[in-house]
Amino acid sequence: MSDCTTVTALATYRNDTPYPFCPGCGHHAILEQLNAALTSLRVDPAKVVLVSDIGCSGLSDQYFVTSAFHGLHGRSITYATGIKLARPDLTVIVIMGDGGTGIGGAHLLNAARRNIGLTVLVFNNFNFGMTGGQHSTTTPTGAFTSTTPGGNLERPLDICATVAANGAGYVWRGTSFDRDLAGRIVEAVRADCFALLDIWELCTAYYVPKNRASKKTLTTILDEAGLKAGLLHRAEFPEYATAYRLAAQAQRGRPLPAPRPITPRFASPLDRPFRLVVAGSAGGKVRSAAHLVGEAALLSGLWAAQRDDYPITVMTGHSIAEIVLSPREIDYTAITRPDVMILLSREGASKVGHHLAAMTPHDHVFALPDVAGVETRAAIHVIDPAEGSRRPGTGSLALYCIARALKEVGVFPIEALEAAATLQASEHAEESANAIRAAVGAK
Amino acid sequence: MREFTDGTTAIVRGALDAGCTFFAGYPITPASPILMQMMRDLPKVDGVAVQGEDEIASIGMCIGATLAGARAMTATSGPGLSLYSENIGLAIIGEVPLVIVDVQRLAPATGGATTVGQGDVQFARWGTAGGYPIIALAPSSVSECYSLTRRAFDLAERFRCPVFLLTDKELNMTTTTVDVDTYEKPSVRERAILPPRELPYRYVPADETPRLAQYGGEGAVRFTGSTHDERAIITKAPAKVAQLNEHLRAKIEDHAAEIALVVQDRQPGATTLFISYGITAGGMREAVARVRDAGTAVSALTIQSLWPVPECAIHAALAGITRVVVAELNHGQYRREIERLAGGIEVVGLHRVDGELIAPEAFMEAVR
Repeated sequence: MSDCTTVTALATYRNDTPYPFCPGCGHHAILEQLNAALTSLRVDPAKVVLVSDIGCSGLSDQYFVTSAFHGLHGRSITYATGIKLARPDLTVIVIMGDGGTGIGGAHLLNAARRNIGLTVLVFNNFNFGMTGGQHSTTTPTGAFTSTTPGGNLERPLDICATVAANGAGYVWRGTSFDRDLAGRIVEAVRADCFALLDIWELCTAYYVPKNRASKKTLTTILDEAGLKAGLLHRAEFPEYATAYRLAAQAQRGRPLPAPRPITPRFASPLDRPFRLVVAGSAGGKVRSAAHLVGEAALLSGLWAAQRDDYPITVMTGHSIAEIVLSPREIDYTAITRPDVMILLSREGASKVGHHLAAMTPHDHVFALPDVAGVETRAAIHVIDPAEGSRRPGTGSLALYCIARALKEVGVFPIEALEAAATLQASEHAEESANAIRAAVGAK
Repeated sequence: MREFTDGTTAIVRGALDAGCTFFAGYPITPASPILMQMMRDLPKVDGVAVQGEDEIASIGMCIGATLAGARAMTATSGPGLSLYSENIGLAIIGEVPLVIVDVQRLAPATGGATTVGQGDVQFARWGTAGGYPIIALAPSSVSECYSLTRRAFDLAERFRCPVFLLTDKELNMTTTTVDVDTYEKPSVRERAILPPRELPYRYVPADETPRLAQYGGEGAVRFTGSTHDERAIITKAPAKVAQLNEHLRAKIEDHAAEIALVVQDRQPGATTLFISYGITAGGMREAVARVRDAGTAVSALTIQSLWPVPECAIHAALAGITRVVVAELNHGQYRREIERLAGGIEVVGLHRVDGELIAPEAFMEAVR
C-alpha cells in the first residue's frame, strides 16, 4: 500500500474555508467522512493528492490541506494514473461525479483493468448538478431531469459491476448517509489497488425536487434497479505502478541503442546522385534488401536515403523502396526520375507507373521475366534467376536482383553489398551473402 | 562518423539524452515507432512508458506525471492531436512543461495515414480553446530531430508550457545518412523546483516563468485548470484573472526572441527569398545549391521555431528581397504569417497536398 505511516498526521485535513455546497447536498457529508478517513490514515497531507473531476464535486479539493489536482471533465483518472506511475508512494484519491463516469468511461474501465492504485470516490447523485440537472449515466430509468422531461428511457450504468468485472481490486457501494463510509475509504486506500466507492447521495437543487427523492428513496432506487450495496468485490491482482517497476527492474541499466557508425572501406566512382527504385511485394524482403544497399553505400563513402512505401496491411500488396545514393549530403529524399528500377512483382510494378513513365532511354529497368513487359522508354534487362549456378530462395530474390543490377551499373563495388550483408545481426546474413555471390557469379 | 538512421530514432535518442523519464502514447501511424522505442528504452533509464487507452488518457497521464516530478513526452499524428486539444489547454493554464511530438500526415481525419503532410502548423498554434501561445519547433533533417527534441525539453522547462515538435512521416520514417559528429547538443536545463510551501503560481512580473511546484516534496501542492489565484484557488475576480491570462501570454510572446531559431542563408544581391520549414526545407536546400550553381543569386530562410513566429529573423531575411516564395505541404498556412510581415513585398506560395514532397525543381521555377 501507499506509505501512509508518516509522522505529519493532522487532527483535521480540512482548511478553514466552509464548503460551498447547497443545503442538504450529499457532498458535505461525504467530504466530512473523507476527512475522518484521512485523519485515521495518519498520512502526510503533502503525500496525498486529491484529484478532482468537474462538477460540484470537482470543487472539493479546495477545502483540504492536501495536495490537489483539478483538471478536465472525465479525465481525473488519467491525471491520477500519471501521478501514481511517476510516484507510486503517493496516496492518490480521485473525486468524481456520476457525470465523470460517462465522459470518462474509457478511463474508468482501463484504470480498473490495470488495477492501478487509485481510490475513486464517485459522488453519485444521478444528475449533473453544476450545469442544470441534466441526466447522467446513472440516472434511474423513468427519473425526471432537465433533459429527460418525460422520464429517463435509458438504463443506469452499474458502475460497481463494470469495474469489478474488469479487474478492480476493491468495490463498495453505499450512500452519503452510511456511518461506516470513513472506514470504507480507509479500507480502500489501504487495499492498494484500483478501489472504487460508488456513493449515492442527494442533489437537493435538481434531482430531489424533480423526483421527490429523499434519504429513504435512495434505498428504493437501489432495489428497483436490482443493485446491491456494501462491499461488493475484492480481488488480488498486482497493483500496476508497483508491477511496472518490478517488471522494469530487469531492464534497468541495460544499454540504450547507440549510434551504429559505418566506416567506409570501399571506394565509389559515383560523382552525382543515383536514384534506385525497387518494386516488389510484401514478404519479398524488399525493404531489408534496400537497407543493405544504403549500408553498402555508407561502406563506400556515399550518402544514402531510403524511403519505403507499403500498405498498412503489411503482409499483403506492394512493397516499394526508393533509394537515393550520392557523394554529397542528400537534402531531397524523394525521387522524380529513377536511374534504375528493379521490378520484382506485378503488385510492385502496378505502383511505379509514374516512375516508369518518367524514365528515359539512358535509364535502366531490371525485371524478373513475368514483369519485363512494362511500358517505359528505359532500357529493359530481364533477370532470370534460374540461369545462375545457385538459384536464390524467395527470401533473398530481391537482394539477388539488386546485386545483379548494381553489378551492371557499378555505383559501388559489389563487395560492399556483400560486406553489408555479412555485417547485419540477423540469421539471414549468410543467406543474403550467398544471394549476392550468386548474383556476382551469374552472367 | 556516419550512421544510417531515421528521425524516429533521433527523436527518441534526443528525448532520452534530454532526461525524459515519462512517455505515454497511443498507436497511430506514423508516430507509433516513437511509442514502441520509448516502451523499449525508457525502463532502461528507470523511466516509465505507457500505452494509454486513447490519446486523451496518454496526454493526461503525461500531465499528471509531470506534476509528480517526471519529464514527459508524448507523440501522435493529426487525429491524435485533435484528441489532445483539451489537455493542451490544461497544460497551458496549469503551466505544465510537456513535449508533444506531432508526426504530421496528410489531410483531415484519417486522411492519408501513411503519407506526408504539414497541415497541422496552424492547428498546433490554435488547437485549443482560449487562443493562448504555445511553442513549436520544426526539424528539417534527422540530425535536427535530435537537437530540436533536446531544445524542446529545455524550452518546456524554461517556459512551463507545451512545446510541439512538428515533424512528418517522411522525416520520421525515411532512413538517411547522418554524420553523428555533427549532431548539435543544445544544453537542457534542470527543472527549477519551487521550495516547499511557497505559492504554486505567480503572475507578476507577467513575463516571468515561476518555478514548478511538484508533488511528493515536503509541502502540499495545488494545481488547477480553472482560472485561479496564486494559491491555485479558483477565482473569477477580474483583476486576478486578467493577471493570470496576461502572464500566460507574456511569458512566451515577450520572450519570442529567446525562442527564435532559424537558419539564415543569405546571398548578396539576391532578390528572391525561399522560406520553408520541416521536410520541405530539404528540397529547398538542394534548390538553393542548384540555383547558385547556375549563377543566380537566391536567399533562403529555414524556420526551426514556427511558434512564436520569429518575426525579427523574418524581417532581417526580407531586407533587399522583392519576391518571397513560401513552400509548405499545405495550402499556405505559414504563408499567412509571412504575408502579414512582408509589408508589400510579393509573397507567393509553393504548395503540395498530394502526399509527395516539393521537388527542388519547383523551387527553381519560382525564382525570378
